[in-house]
Amino acid sequence: MIEMLQYDFMQRALIAAVLVGVTAPAVGIYLVQRRQALMGDGIGHVALTGVGLGFLFQTSPVWMAVLVCVLGAIVMELVRSRGNQRGDIALAMLFYGGMACGKLLVSVSAQAGSGSLESYLWGSILTVSPGDLTVIAALAAVVIAVTLGLRRQLFAICQDEEFARVTGLPVRLLNLLLAVMAAVTVTVAMRVVGLLLVSALMVVPVAAAQQLTRSFAATQAAAVALGVTVAVLGVAGSYQADLPSGPSIVLLAIAAFALLSAAATPLARRRHRAAADTGPAVCDVALPEQRTTATASGADGGAARAEDPSTSPGLAQ
Amino acid sequence: MLRGIDLTVRPGEVVALLGANGSGKSTTVKSVIGSVPLDDGDLELFGTPYGRFRAWQRIGYVPQRTTAASGVPATVREVVSTGRLTQHRLLPFRRRDREAVDRALAAVGMLERAGDGVANLSGGQHQRVLIARALVARPDLLIMDEPMAGVDVDSQQVLADILRREVERGCAVLLVLHELGPLEPLIDRAVVLRDGCVAHDGPPPKGVGQHALPGHDHVHPHADDHRTSQGLLA
Repeated sequence: MIEMLQYDFMQRALIAAVLVGVTAPAVGIYLVQRRQALMGDGIGHVALTGVGLGFLFQTSPVWMAVLVCVLGAIVMELVRSRGNQRGDIALAMLFYGGMACGKLLVSVSAQAGSGSLESYLWGSILTVSPGDLTVIAALAAVVIAVTLGLRRQLFAICQDEEFARVTGLPVRLLNLLLAVMAAVTVTVAMRVVGLLLVSALMVVPVAAAQQLTRSFAATQAAAVALGVTVAVLGVAGSYQADLPSGPSIVLLAIAAFALLSAAATPLARRRHRAAADTGPAVCDVALPEQRTTATASGADGGAARAEDPSTSPGLAQ
Repeated sequence: MLRGIDLTVRPGEVVALLGANGSGKSTTVKSVIGSVPLDDGDLELFGTPYGRFRAWQRIGYVPQRTTAASGVPATVREVVSTGRLTQHRLLPFRRRDREAVDRALAAVGMLERAGDGVANLSGGQHQRVLIARALVARPDLLIMDEPMAGVDVDSQQVLADILRREVERGCAVLLVLHELGPLEPLIDRAVVLRDGCVAHDGPPPKGVGQHALPGHDHVHPHADDHRTSQGLLA
């Protein structure tokens, strides 16, 4: 187990795994909070066009992917904030257009065979070069600084966007920042778990962590710890057993989710029982006529104000 | 849609917006906080035109409670702390921020539940958390959208007491209500809307049938109307 640390490529792979294990859940938690868990998946599809452009122009696919992902994420955020009824159709165009465009660009570029596209789709952490690692580290540092430094602000916009606007927060700016951070995270994680599985590392550790936590801060901390654990174990395991790293990491994360959910079920049941309302189970709320509210003044005054027996139970809805 | 609503809330005044579903109560409130843009007309907050208004800490907004939980658990304290963002902004959350949150939680009687998850609260407790979140910044104007919807009778009385204390402190209140209920003694002025127009503006109307009974809780199928109209307008 220890002898793998002697190899430079394994050292780089493990550092990259730690960085991805931290950044993906740190950003993913906000997306999950806002019920946008699959946004990372969409960005991953769009990133493929960036990779294709990188091949075509013989430049770094990672930087091209960053550029295209950021643009894609900004478009997605604008579609979301408009609350457009047909927004999901627009997103479908973006996702599949991005994917198809990427494959097409790769196939017309002279440089690469299909093997190297495969490495972006499924990740190839064991071939991370020193140059790749520098880029990954720089991008990860930005993502960590933003997601932890602005965690109260980002929590506020994801918890209740309307309230956040009334507190005077620059909600639109923060939304765009979050979208850009998600895009950057996708490109950071691209070499480690691959574009097709990027979203899993953003969502599954969060889903697993929240089986046991009650607070947002604890969920974020636990999700990051879990992300790092599965990423490092996945890379080490894939070296030992000669398996692809991306799928190993994702399956480990899902196993952790299953384990924690099983552990959490009795816990949640006990908590639920403790919080159960002991109020009466009778419901005799009279449905009033709509239009007459407050306008039928002078109908009957004080008499009707006496004790009303029809006490509605607390959680009527 | 709103037509020709001219509404001024004076310092320390408690104004109730009444009216049937779809009469424009929520839309009025949402246009005050800027969630619904105005096609025409002016909006001034504390004498400042809306476009130049920056003193958001003077407004405490209590949105209509939704039962939709967010995707990640959060504690009562975490939710209430977001009301303090106006004050500490990018600075770290310090002791006096923490004390402000404690004070607001104590004011609504939820301090001992600070560490509990918001998902496990009853309707009334959840409403108290939302009020505490608005009170953290010590606002001069509280804007509340249907604070009594889905709240049991005991909690309604608690809410009325909280509100009375804030009014005594000098806070003005703009309320959207289905009926006056236990808040009636507090209300200085009632504005009744119908089809986006002001149908009544003056002292609260007396005796509005069983809708005004204490404990009469307006949770009925039409509550959905609000949600869809918000989605389209927002």
